[in-house]
Amino acid sequence: MLFKVENLKVSYGKIRALHGINFQVDEGEIICIIGANGAGKSTTLRAISRLVPVEGDTRMTFMGKNLLDYEADQVVSRLGISHVPEGRRLFGNLTVTENLKLATFARKDTAQIANDLERVFTIFTRLHERSDQKAGTLSGGEQQMLAIGRAFMSGRKIMLLDEPSMGLAPLLMMSVFEALKQINEEGTTILLVEQNARLALQFASRGYVLENGNLALEGTSEDLLANPEVKKAYLGG
Amino acid sequence: MTYFLQNVVNALQWGSFYALIALGYSMVYSILMLFNFAHGDIFMVGSYIGFGVAAALVALSAAGVVVLPSWLIFTLTILVTMILTAMLGMAVERVGYRPLRDAPRASAAITGLMIGIILETGNLAILGARRVRFPDLIESVTYEIGGVYVTNKKIMIVVVSLLFMVAMQYFVSKTKWGMAMRAMAYDYLVVPLMGVSINSIARLTFAIGSALAAVAGILYGIAYPVLDPYMGVLFGWKAFVAAILGGRGSIMGATLAGFLLGFIEIFVAMVFPSTLRDLIAYSIILLILVFRPHGFFGEPYSAKLRL
Repeated sequence: MLFKVENLKVSYGKIRALHGINFQVDEGEIICIIGANGAGKSTTLRAISRLVPVEGDTRMTFMGKNLLDYEADQVVSRLGISHVPEGRRLFGNLTVTENLKLATFARKDTAQIANDLERVFTIFTRLHERSDQKAGTLSGGEQQMLAIGRAFMSGRKIMLLDEPSMGLAPLLMMSVFEALKQINEEGTTILLVEQNARLALQFASRGYVLENGNLALEGTSEDLLANPEVKKAYLGG
Repeated sequence: MTYFLQNVVNALQWGSFYALIALGYSMVYSILMLFNFAHGDIFMVGSYIGFGVAAALVALSAAGVVVLPSWLIFTLTILVTMILTAMLGMAVERVGYRPLRDAPRASAAITGLMIGIILETGNLAILGARRVRFPDLIESVTYEIGGVYVTNKKIMIVVVSLLFMVAMQYFVSKTKWGMAMRAMAYDYLVVPLMGVSINSIARLTFAIGSALAAVAGILYGIAYPVLDPYMGVLFGWKAFVAAILGGRGSIMGATLAGFLLGFIEIFVAMVFPSTLRDLIAYSIILLILVFRPHGFFGEPYSAKLRL
């Protein structure tokens, strides 16, 4: 097992967003968490990346290490947990290449960095064409590619993705997920959260359903896709 | 004409001080969304530290312990003072600002004012009310070029300032730390996702800004050798104006605005009685800001202060 989350609780002020959820991820898997807007999907990823504080009895174990011993930047640089945030959050004032290089800030393996940069430009050839352009001038699809490429550069053990399909036309969406599949086949475990449940479940091997800060269901993608409740609530009947 | 050129020389020198101080203001403001109102006082402390270091080196040299040529004393004074003042800046960040990073911006702003007062009165408590005199590190030589008088000190001040500004521009645009600073100015909340520690970039920003203020303090001491604990107040405010006028996130903007301020002040004083200098100069700047509220190079930005 790569990663285990036990009793994850997060509150924003007096409002509790996550009520103590449990899940685990095995090495090499593609896992999705689906749920409605406000169910706590993004909060789950932010808690793993240590961007929001967790409450007392939360336990998160990553490759045998206590995740809570690490600061947000160390989660990336020491544990290799990368995160593609909601809305991509690129540095629009930096060029495409600068965005990718910034993600390697803490890395010392210069030769490998050059290889990885090449790899990103091979997977996303569009980024290569635009490498000297400011990230703020990219189209929505290119921005999502850059956000994924940036995560790829920062850490490779597991990639957390927050709504990668958001705002993308169907065809572009498919090519982004194709690229993610490729990255996964090269050894990166993937944990993604999605509102687009059908797409996420077609892509992932297992899934969890998050409802109002609690995990309501879990199972293989086939089971969830066939589940009448999931069908009714998330797949449009 | 010579009178005009004479004033250009003076404005360049005066603008150098503003520009160097404005850089630190601008960096902290851009990167941390913070008005470091103690910055003018860090300039003052830098000047005093420079005085201490220079006086010590001059005394050592005079006593024959280590005989140093004056250019070496000058260079050592700048380097040692930059390091010590950078440490002061890091301490201010650690003690004063880091605990307030998620606090309302007004709390952080009054923290700056309080730290400023502490530095001024702390200086009074330690050194007393007497003014101190900055040692003469450079023997003054005056050149006459076509009726315009230029001292070697003025040339040196402008050249040293420009060197530091070019170095800063290079640092911010070409190094990975500079890249992290620019990223942080754009969207600091996701910077940790790049494996970059926000705290270390904040510390570095304060260190560099304070070191530049220290350079301004030494250069000021060389041009106007009498130091007093409140010398940083007005300078700080004016440099703050220059930082805003230059535009958020722009090194070039802060530099140019610093020089512009120097020019406006000197040339207003050339035409009007000097008691009206700041009244008229800052009315002009107010007018500029009315038409360019984001400053010269600042762009309207979407401050992303939430995840």
